[in-house]
Amino acid sequence: MPPISRTVHIGSSHGLHARPAKLFAQAAKESGIPVTIAKGSGAPANAASILGVIALGVEHGDYVTLTADGDGAEGVLDTLSELLTTDHDAE
Amino acid sequence: MAELRGVGIGLGVAQGPVARMAEPLPAPSDAPSARSADEETARVKDAVGGVARELEQRGALAGGAAQDVLEAQAMMAEDPSLESEIDTRIATGKTAEWAVFDAFASFRDQLVAMGGYLGERAADLDDVAQRVIAHLRGVPAPGVPDPGHPFVLVAKDLAPADTALLDLDKVLALVTTEGGPTSHTAILAREKSIVAVVGVAAAAGLADGETVIVDAAKGVVTTEPTADELAQAQNRADARRSASSAPITPGALADGTAVPLLANLGKPGGAAEAVELGAEGVGLFRTEFLFLSSSQAPTVEQQRAAYTELLEAFPGKKVVVRTLDAGADKPLAFLNDAHEENPALGLRGIRALRASEDILREQLTALQQADAATNADLWVMAPMVATVEETEYFVELARDYGVKTAGIMVEVPSIALMADRALAYADFASIGTNDLTQYTMAADRLLGSVASFQDPWHPAVLRLIREVGEAGRVQGKPVGICGEAAADPLLAVVLVGLGATSLSMAPTALADVRATLLLHSLDEARAIAEAALTANDAASARTAAQEAATR
Repeated sequence: MPPISRTVHIGSSHGLHARPAKLFAQAAKESGIPVTIAKGSGAPANAASILGVIALGVEHGDYVTLTADGDGAEGVLDTLSELLTTDHDAE
Repeated sequence: MAELRGVGIGLGVAQGPVARMAEPLPAPSDAPSARSADEETARVKDAVGGVARELEQRGALAGGAAQDVLEAQAMMAEDPSLESEIDTRIATGKTAEWAVFDAFASFRDQLVAMGGYLGERAADLDDVAQRVIAHLRGVPAPGVPDPGHPFVLVAKDLAPADTALLDLDKVLALVTTEGGPTSHTAILAREKSIVAVVGVAAAAGLADGETVIVDAAKGVVTTEPTADELAQAQNRADARRSASSAPITPGALADGTAVPLLANLGKPGGAAEAVELGAEGVGLFRTEFLFLSSSQAPTVEQQRAAYTELLEAFPGKKVVVRTLDAGADKPLAFLNDAHEENPALGLRGIRALRASEDILREQLTALQQADAATNADLWVMAPMVATVEETEYFVELARDYGVKTAGIMVEVPSIALMADRALAYADFASIGTNDLTQYTMAADRLLGSVASFQDPWHPAVLRLIREVGEAGRVQGKPVGICGEAAADPLLAVVLVGLGATSLSMAPTALADVRATLLLHSLDEARAIAEAALTANDAASARTAAQEAATR
């Protein structure tokens, strides 16, 4: 099965740092399959790395591309996309 | 038992178990590892796992927003990108310590380069790196301890960054091995009314968990206290607590000589607390807060509203407002944008106001309007006055704007020596002891390497204060004190002995100063001051005053 990708719009009003970055990296790690995240047309980073995710400097309104490779990749991307489009800071 | 000596801050006493603040770790050396790469990798894995589990546990205990931060830090410790950076370094023969140090540093630099919010996260990462390296070395992690119960904090000295992390509710007392009565720790202790003894060199030998008594009144830390001693200390602490809730009397000496006790305030919002703690007015209201956060001067209307809020809190009472004191450590772009090699000696205080006189005129206008709308007794003074001519200039200008009581700050030795001339024009003088000490001793008060000079007990400073006190007596003009010195109870007695007629301080210091003044008559205060004046240096002046006070 080839890797699959999806591009999503960041919903969190403070971008992808602090708590949203932690939740996202945690979920990517727990998925058990390799997932990468790239901002715009930039180089992909390991989505399970909180430091890699924070260092992307993703802001509210940015587009990021997620790529997952392995069993259940479709479901993993569903979960992760959901996390990215939610505004966690508005909770 | 043993008694370890230092300098007490305030009069409190406390007891409890010691928790030491470990020193920051020295950076690991870049020497080649004596272990195999596999061994080093296993050590790192064990250390990051240990640190991550500990941070998670602390997070679970803390809950709330702190839990998110601690869990994020736990994830940083075990971060896969970081792991591969560490492995790369170990593969080239580096030690685990150096690999961790260098890999964390590379991520840290990335975050700092991105700036803003991400730059602030660099401190979180530094903390994780220090914890992992401490784990590898088998030493306690540096930083503020968190033993999970109230404790007596023992540290070398506290930096502002440490105190920001300190949960003051858990701190029973502070003991430092370095630092003097004007150190950051001492200032924090006075501000927050924490029992503290500073400069206790022998406290370096205290162990985590051992019970000590910290007696600020005596300047002593007692180790291995007996049950009797613990009970006595507890009684004193209880008595002091009830004394601080006792009815508040106006500041006075034992013979009834009135010494009004006033509050130093930086914002109108602090007024309620000051009144509650028994402030009989305001001895120093700093107006910088109105200006510091803006790129241009606030309008007359904005200033009038702030001054009115302040004056309304003190009906019928004295409120001394200091006009804008910009420059040196508080630069303001719209007042002074020229680079100065030596800003403490540059265009600051009244000099800067004169150069931008419209700002001074607007401030006086707003003060006069607020005064007219309220019932407080408004006094206005100029900062950093160095000459009699500046005194005349300010007093005349203030009168033009209807200011009834206009005075000067005495922070520069030249005006202290000329106080008899200056007080022929000014209605009062207020001595700013921090700057007066800095300028008398020619030692930058913000520079750690010359911090030992910044001690208002120095007889040179006390002699200048005596000049001002004497000038006030001859001219029949009030002389107040509004520096850190007035918050030191024994020094407060000395200052009154030198001729100070009112004392202004952080509101939390009022209770101790009030209690100490009541122990001595004016004649005794003069004798105590005389003992301090004849000493050779600050430390012996303090000792001489202590001896004279207990005679």
